[in-house]
Amino acid sequence: MLIIGELINGMYKKVGIALAKKDERFIQDLALAQVKNGASALDLNCGPLSKDPINDMCWLIETVQSVTKATLCLDSTKEKAIEAGLKVAKNKTIINSSNAEEDKLKSLIPMAKSFNSSLIALAMDKKGIPQNKDQRVELAVRILENAVNMNFDTNNLLIDPVLMPVNVAQAQGKEILEALREFKMLTDPPVKTVIGLSNVSQGSKFRNLLNRTFLVMAVVNNLDAAILDPMDEELMNALICSELILNKHVYCDSFLNAYKNK
Amino acid sequence: MLEQYTEKWANNINVITLGNSSLKQVRIGGQNTLPFLSKEGNTPNKPVIAYEIWDTAPLDWPQYLETEFSKYWSDPLSWASYCKNELSADLICLRLQGAHPDSQNRNAKELANLCKKIQETIKLPLIILGCGDHAKDNEVLPLCAQALKGYNCLFGSATQENYKTLVAACLVDNHSIIAESPIDINIAKQLNILISDMALPMDRIVMNPTVGALGYGLEYTYSIMERARLAALTGDKMLAMPFICFVGQEAWRAKEAKASFKDFPDWGKEETRGPLWEMVTANAFLQSGADILVMRHPKAAQEIKKLINKLIKT
Repeated sequence: MLIIGELINGMYKKVGIALAKKDERFIQDLALAQVKNGASALDLNCGPLSKDPINDMCWLIETVQSVTKATLCLDSTKEKAIEAGLKVAKNKTIINSSNAEEDKLKSLIPMAKSFNSSLIALAMDKKGIPQNKDQRVELAVRILENAVNMNFDTNNLLIDPVLMPVNVAQAQGKEILEALREFKMLTDPPVKTVIGLSNVSQGSKFRNLLNRTFLVMAVVNNLDAAILDPMDEELMNALICSELILNKHVYCDSFLNAYKNK
Repeated sequence: MLEQYTEKWANNINVITLGNSSLKQVRIGGQNTLPFLSKEGNTPNKPVIAYEIWDTAPLDWPQYLETEFSKYWSDPLSWASYCKNELSADLICLRLQGAHPDSQNRNAKELANLCKKIQETIKLPLIILGCGDHAKDNEVLPLCAQALKGYNCLFGSATQENYKTLVAACLVDNHSIIAESPIDINIAKQLNILISDMALPMDRIVMNPTVGALGYGLEYTYSIMERARLAALTGDKMLAMPFICFVGQEAWRAKEAKASFKDFPDWGKEETRGPLWEMVTANAFLQSGADILVMRHPKAAQEIKKLINKLIKT
């Protein structure tokens, strides 16, 4: 499983302050702590309050890649910030994210191609978040069609079924899990899947438990990558156990540490 | 025509270098594909053959091994030189069986001197094995490691029950180690973790998965090795170590290799049957990923060497 650490996000108060003060040490420590706990990619998001997202994104990238070779997940709604980021990034990159709208795909797929970057595409469009599995699959097909038409290597594509908070849209959980499974049937080799895990528990009680439970269920449904908090030890342990039970790793008595030190 | 399907693997097997840079060196590992799939990936280092010699006469070796080697049994140095000069050995594997309390109970200092003498004379990379008695090995092997400091040898064997002393010795005197597990992939992985937790770099560990001869559990080891190799190539660094297989020891234990013609006339002559049994066993382990084959009979070893050169053209 590709673990994308979610903590470098300007939405978090301390990160927002560090970003404003250009506190390299704080960001670097946060990057290294996530890598140490099992993240092999790091989400970088300047947050909605950033006054200069282009420069902030570039600063985050340079700050982080000077201490780790982890893949950088450039998380912004602003294409210019992503493009500027791709230009300064030396590590591998993932663009986070496109959606299933033609305009967005036509601009971000060529960008990913020219910078040899991976791309996350959300199964949603102008109509908003889909309400069931079939709508999600339909949007995934549209994403894949565009990728194939633009000769984009679909091995570098990750489709996100878009999680909804369980306290808002309880009926969606099952639809999302089924969509994860069906995305895999659309192409050969199967397209990779990703989720932004914390969305499932947004505004709910017992967030960690909800995240942990959903992640295990998603792993069973062939999930390949997740944006999550790698510092949540119970979450990481549950992930490791679920992959172990699915025979994705060779058991040994130190299996928890073996996975984290991979 | 159908398109050829090739698998792309994420990880390489670790490269291990044995021997001193001023003498002959042997490199094993480094491949990023299953054995002999040259269209799928690279195998930068061919599997190598080590001849097994003992510090004392191996009295339980069957007749056709005795015929080959008995004139050297009183002098391990001449035995090693014969393997190097006449049999073109890649490495020499010296088993210090004479250290065993039930054998000659030879002392550590005497054996350390012997190791050093052999190393200085034959100048090939050495594999040094204990006698299998944990207490005695913990006494003998560290002293041998010290005597061979700087020669970058391969020492064995560390087991889950007894690894700390040997790991410490290899760390201090800069040698590599054999991690031995009882045909058990989970223990193999755990032992690699335990050894690397003691700060011995992963590119100084070679796995002995414990092999069985043809007819004696070969298929169990085969599938363990295959599974470990697949896990390693898909990214499990704790299984990305090269394999050493003690083929000679196992093949010559088999009744089919050593039974006399008189008792089993239908089985053919011993002089061809024994080496053939060792050869077929070795071939199976080459196919499952062996990097070092420790062999006994020259005919078997030479045929396997030819086979390796045919399968990997460099």
